[in-house]
Amino acid sequence: MSTAVTATSSRDSLIIAGRKFSSRLIIGTGKYRSFDQMRSAHDASGAEMVTVAVRRVPLDRSSESFLDYLNPALQILPNTAGCYTADDAVRTARLAREALETDFVKLEVIGDQTTLFPDNEQTLEAARVLVKEGFVVLPYFTDDLIMAKKLLDVGCAAIMPLAAPIGSGLGVQNPANLRIMREQLPDATIIVDAGVGTASDAAIAMELGADGVLMNTAIAEAQDPAKMATAMKLAIEAGRLAYLAGRMPKRLYASASSPVQGVIR
Amino acid sequence: MRVFINGESKELSGAPSLAELITQLDLPAARIAVELNRVVVRRSEWSDTVLHEDDRVEIVHFVGGGFGSCAN
Repeated sequence: MSTAVTATSSRDSLIIAGRKFSSRLIIGTGKYRSFDQMRSAHDASGAEMVTVAVRRVPLDRSSESFLDYLNPALQILPNTAGCYTADDAVRTARLAREALETDFVKLEVIGDQTTLFPDNEQTLEAARVLVKEGFVVLPYFTDDLIMAKKLLDVGCAAIMPLAAPIGSGLGVQNPANLRIMREQLPDATIIVDAGVGTASDAAIAMELGADGVLMNTAIAEAQDPAKMATAMKLAIEAGRLAYLAGRMPKRLYASASSPVQGVIR
Repeated sequence: MRVFINGESKELSGAPSLAELITQLDLPAARIAVELNRVVVRRSEWSDTVLHEDDRVEIVHFVGGGFGSCAN
C-alpha cells in the first residue's frame, strides 16, 4: 500500500512557476515551543516549502539567524504577514527577495486585526505590482471565485483561499466555495491557506480539489507537533488520492452492495 | 548626524556607508536586507551608499511565522 501511495505521489507533483514539489503540504515556522521541535515537525511533515516572516532586526541585542535552524533543502517562501497595506506588502516582498534571492512570495495583506481576514482590494493591488516585478505571487485571500479570477488575471502563480480565520483551527467553513472554485478554475493552482485544525480538515480540503494546503498553527500548537505533521502528510496524500479517484455520489437512501439474487429463504 | 534605523533615532559620527553601519551595529551581513528611504539597496551597493541626515533605514531579517502578526 505504501509503495502504491508513493508511486502515485511521485507522478503527481505540485508545480508552481515551473518548480516541482512532490509534497502538497506547505508549512509555517511560527508558534513552535523550540527550534528543535520545529525542525522535527518539518522533517516529519515531508513538506518541501516553508514560509517565514520578515521583521526588523533588533538593534539592542545580537540575534542568531533563525534561518540556520531550517533544513537547507527546504524552499523558503517569505511572507508579508503583518502587512496592512499594499505598499507595505510590496516593500516587504522586495526586501525578502533581496535577502533570500527567491522570487517566491506569500502575499498577505490583512484587513482587520480581530479576524485577520485579508484586504482583497489591497492584495490585488500588491499582486499586480509584484507580478510586474517578476515575483512568483501566492496570495492569501477570501474564498471567493471572482477574487480568484482577478488574482489569476493579474498573473498570480497560485491562489490561496482561506479555509477559516488564521489560527482558528475551524477547518473548511465553506466547502461549496472551494468546490465551485475548483470546477470553474480547473487549470488554477489552488492552495488552501489558513484555518485547518486537524488532519481531517486537510483531507477535506484536498478532497474538494485543492492542489495543496498551507498550515502553521495546526501543527505548531498540537501537543505533539511532529506526530501531527505526520498526520497532516498522510491526510493530504489521502485527500489527494480520494479526489483523483473520484468519490461515489451521495444518496439519501441505502443502496445494497451485495447481489439481490440467491439469498436463502 | 541623526538617522532613523528601524524607526529609532540614532546619532552617528561622520557619514558612514550602509556597509559601515551594518558593521557598527554588529549585524550579520548574510540574510538581511536593507531599505533606505523606502527603496531596497542591493547588497552590492552597500559600500557606495553613504548615509545623510534624517535618512530612514530599515534593516530586516527573517523570523518564524506563518500568518498574521503572530511572529516573535
